[in-house]
Amino acid sequence: MKKLINTAQSVVEDALSGMAAAHPSLRVRERVVYRASGPRAGKVGLVSGGGSGHEPLHAGFVGYGMLDAACPGEVFTSPVPDQIIEATRAVDGGAGVLHIVKNYTGDVLNFELAAELCDDVQVASVLVDDDVAVEDSLYTAGRRGTGATLFVEKIAGALAEQGAPLAEVARVAADVDERSRSFGIALTSCTTPAAGKPTFELPDTQVELGIGIHGEPGRRRVPMASARELAAVAMEAVHGDLPLTGDLLVMVNGMGGTPLMELYVVFAEVEAFIRGKGARVSRSLVGNYVTSLDMQGFSVTVCRLDGELTRLWDAPVDTPGLRWGR
Amino acid sequence: MDTGFFVTWLRDAATRIRLQRDRLTELDAAIGDADHGANLDRGFTEVCKALEDWPPTAPAQALLTAGTTLIRRVGGASGPLYGSAFRAMGKALQDPVTLPGFAAAFEAGVVAVERLGKAAPGDKTMIDALAPASRALTAAVEKGLTPYEAFHRAAVAAEEGSRATIPMRARKGRASYLGERSVGHEDPGAASSALILGALAGVAVKEATKEVD
Repeated sequence: MKKLINTAQSVVEDALSGMAAAHPSLRVRERVVYRASGPRAGKVGLVSGGGSGHEPLHAGFVGYGMLDAACPGEVFTSPVPDQIIEATRAVDGGAGVLHIVKNYTGDVLNFELAAELCDDVQVASVLVDDDVAVEDSLYTAGRRGTGATLFVEKIAGALAEQGAPLAEVARVAADVDERSRSFGIALTSCTTPAAGKPTFELPDTQVELGIGIHGEPGRRRVPMASARELAAVAMEAVHGDLPLTGDLLVMVNGMGGTPLMELYVVFAEVEAFIRGKGARVSRSLVGNYVTSLDMQGFSVTVCRLDGELTRLWDAPVDTPGLRWGR
Repeated sequence: MDTGFFVTWLRDAATRIRLQRDRLTELDAAIGDADHGANLDRGFTEVCKALEDWPPTAPAQALLTAGTTLIRRVGGASGPLYGSAFRAMGKALQDPVTLPGFAAAFEAGVVAVERLGKAAPGDKTMIDALAPASRALTAAVEKGLTPYEAFHRAAVAAEEGSRATIPMRARKGRASYLGERSVGHEDPGAASSALILGALAGVAVKEATKEVD
């Protein structure tokens, strides 16, 4: 394993030091990343968090128009209740706090415990579960939260910035999740610093369909194919679950180890697929946003927009990971 | 079973988890996200430290300290689940500790895990090791066995329960995403539960040996 780390144990701490040093707009205290400007009276606070290794998610999305605080856990491990409680109390501007939680057993348990213990703050929470690769049934932990997390954080963040009350911010956040679907494909496994070797073995000639963002194996392996064929597999899965119509927000997201050039190759295919179904790419994002350490591959996330959601997506945002209009 | 017994149990569990850390991580890599060994090792190391910083004065207190530390320090699903188990056990444990009292408290711990994790036997989780261990303890109480024999049987039941997860299809946690592909792998949570029960039997052997001496 070759990684730019000091020790596997200190990787999260060291990365947070770097973030704080690089971005004066952020303040890092006790494993919570805050806006340096502090809470704004009357604004709903947005707190998210999850395992590290998905950067820029979540800490890179702390700032104007998105999150008020992020709680990074160990690599691929949810944060602990103490961090979430600390963040929730610190960002409450009197209007309550929304927890944005990706649907993984660990994240759900720790955010639930924290919300229970934060009885002095009004807390609402939204569960993000957009990954169509997981069958949503009694026999699974439910669909995973992946790319749509960014959409939820951006759109709910814009609404909170405009002074909407907690119930309204929570409703729109849940609506964005409801309208979004994702599917991911890995060309390689990732390697966690602690394990030091790839989480799963994937031969050069094969790809893993339906991967999550933690190096957990996917549903099925198939022979390596062209970008066009792989994009079609992902888009058919999305389209089969939520028919593509109207104006769409589309993200082609890199898993951390794939060149941007290849992501654009994929995006061209995704756009053509969507046009072929009679729908339209109205807003788009291409890059590494919800990553899985050094994994090679991509995920595609689609959200059906309406006028209000488009306006909120376009609203100014100023974070280390996402910035426009300000 | 005094406070020292429980502190030794928790410390021995920490040692066994440290020694088996890589195996737990490998089991997790197969059907999860390859962090179970590292997380539990980190958590139980913190438990040992907490037991030194705040030496418990009663058995229940040792379990409560362990539980709170695991909830506060580990993260993931295993932190809240094991943490809640130890806390529920601690809350149910009466002083002085008898074998029937221990068995009842252990069952309360298992119920706490089932409730928080919404898992049932057969879902391929730590419950598949913990529930058989709990049944073994209750059966041992009914037969009037000694604590050493009871803990030995509980450890064996947990070990067998953990191995019995191999052919199961996961219905909870990250392994459930794999569907059929989770079949053929031992559940890492069940495996770590078996280690913790193994430590309990080990401490009982030490105590029994002391009595013979």
